[in-house]
Amino acid sequence: MAESGQTNVLILILATAVTAGTPILYAALGELLAERSGIINLGVEGMMLTGAVCGFMAALAFQNPWAGVVAAMLAGGLVSAIHAFLTVTLRADQVVSGLALTIFGTGLSGFLGKNYVGTPLPAPFSAKPLAGLGDIPVFGPIFFQHDPLVYITYLLVPAMWVFFYKTRPGLHLRAIGENPWAADSLGVPVFLSRYLYVIAGGMLAGLGGAYLSLAYAPSWLENMTAGRGWIAVALVIFAIWNPVRAMVGAYIFGGIDALGFRFQVLGVMVPPFFLKMLPYIFTVLVLIVVIGRNRTARAGSPGALGMAFDREER
Amino acid sequence: MKGMRGFVRLEKRGGVSGTSVLPVTILSVLLSLAFGGIFLQLTGHDALEIYGLMFSGAFGSAYGISETLVKAIPLMLAGLGISLAFRMKLWNIGAEGQLYIGAFAASWVPLTFPDLPAYEMIPAMILLGMAAGGLWALLPAIPRAYLGVNEIISTLMLNYVAILWVDYLVFGPWKDPKGFNFPLSAPFSEAARLGTVGNTRVHTGIFFALIVAVIIYIIINRTKWGFEIRVIGESEPAARYAGMDIRRNILLVMLVSGAICGLAGMTEVSGITGRLQPNLSPGYGYTAIIVAWLSKLNPFAILLVSVLFGGLQVGGYLVQTSGVPASVATMLQGAILFFVLGGDILTRYRIRPGRGEVA
Repeated sequence: MAESGQTNVLILILATAVTAGTPILYAALGELLAERSGIINLGVEGMMLTGAVCGFMAALAFQNPWAGVVAAMLAGGLVSAIHAFLTVTLRADQVVSGLALTIFGTGLSGFLGKNYVGTPLPAPFSAKPLAGLGDIPVFGPIFFQHDPLVYITYLLVPAMWVFFYKTRPGLHLRAIGENPWAADSLGVPVFLSRYLYVIAGGMLAGLGGAYLSLAYAPSWLENMTAGRGWIAVALVIFAIWNPVRAMVGAYIFGGIDALGFRFQVLGVMVPPFFLKMLPYIFTVLVLIVVIGRNRTARAGSPGALGMAFDREER
Repeated sequence: MKGMRGFVRLEKRGGVSGTSVLPVTILSVLLSLAFGGIFLQLTGHDALEIYGLMFSGAFGSAYGISETLVKAIPLMLAGLGISLAFRMKLWNIGAEGQLYIGAFAASWVPLTFPDLPAYEMIPAMILLGMAAGGLWALLPAIPRAYLGVNEIISTLMLNYVAILWVDYLVFGPWKDPKGFNFPLSAPFSEAARLGTVGNTRVHTGIFFALIVAVIIYIIINRTKWGFEIRVIGESEPAARYAGMDIRRNILLVMLVSGAICGLAGMTEVSGITGRLQPNLSPGYGYTAIIVAWLSKLNPFAILLVSVLFGGLQVGGYLVQTSGVPASVATMLQGAILFFVLGGDILTRYRIRPGRGEVA
């Protein structure tokens, strides 16, 4: 019996790893889109927070979590458009503009959410085990007994992979990130595409934030993302700009996150502060190992990442 | 060819005209305040009243000005620390954590040796606070220098670790047994406190900031090391070609940058709180990034801009009484940085309406 009890704890941890990884996954997929087009957006944390608060407010107003999803994506897209305008049209420094977006989003979300702190969400997303798949032993409870937003990622990740590597627009996207001048000379609309992908990335980051406030911990708390936006940025590097690797990575990070919660269950006596440090320390270590061990991490980055596109010079 | 080419056309100016930088910055700040005003108005507040309240609260009385300076001191120090790294295009986003670690190490002195006289206590606190902040910044600098690991993410991640470390101490081993279970360390002895100016909370940390500003100005403009920092910041390949040791400079600059941010933590615990406690900083390390950027990394401008942002912080606290969340200050900070970034374009390019087709 003791053994099956431990198996259950392990399954519980892995299942939590999936839900804890999902907000990071959405945000990382969004950042992946933007970076593939050549634009670094360090505003992920701010976009997630904006999405989290707007999603929460809309879900509360309409008594429907899907309304929250729509609002979060619109909000995330809207604030990311600022970054797109500054970096694509005005060719401002991408790092500083992203930092500004994070600071702006943190303030904006705190401002909008002030009166919602501590308000419970009556209709959050809840787990809906998938018929059939949910009953598979071990795999069922780990992957198929979650809320709909988790299932959407199961479709989104392969779809994105196919888009990147098997479609013409995907090829154009990679070309823009690799060499916008060449792409431009072939008639690919560089400016328009960069706008599009930065905004799409913002929408996904907003959705990732809303996952926290609508499903993971249905409530609004100031700074509730707690650095997940930054972890998502790191995850993109870890994933070598590949959506499938991003998914694996997100679950590893989710697992570290979940471990913090579950260590007590396992009877490990560690001060909670140290457990909370784990995801951050792990992020730094992963970056060091990934970049240190294989230089492909750098080779895999879009060639023109962080570079403004200017048709008159290069 | 089809597709959008951008709404406007940017033509590069011959050079950045020095005289246009200041007016453009001021214009950018005014525009962001206008934007914030519209936002406040749309969310059902009286923008003029709120701005009035913020301004008079921060600068309208002797008390307001003194509190503004209190908030400006950590911004000055952290901003100066950050500026040194930014000068070399090293994105030290870890000032917040370096401040906390500096505060932790500085606190260790009076908590362990409460009976030291002030002339030993204060220098020891300064030394330890700076050393700890510097070493904390060195942690992400080493993988950056040797492996090229992006320092933005690693410096930022370490902020969370540093804050949790201080939380652990004040909730755990360093909690004052006589503190009614509040998460505070024991109060420091009088010898560990920085002197204050008159009856205000403005402490002598402000002089540290002035001294550091002068030192940084001299380093950057008058020393060979400063020259190297500037060259590497301008163009790493050029610096390498000239035989400069980039690796050593990364380590050194981050060490010094972190040490100055650590000093900001030391002055907070020694000058303001008189003990180690959680929530030492309302995000000084992040605001300082904006301060440094807005000041174009000029150390004396950083001192001035810090006072403005200190005022914004104080104003933000004050308007809470009229139902406006204090986060309005953070939001305005972000907006200011946006507009300044956009405004920079005006100093570098001439904007022509029309599409950016090649002529």
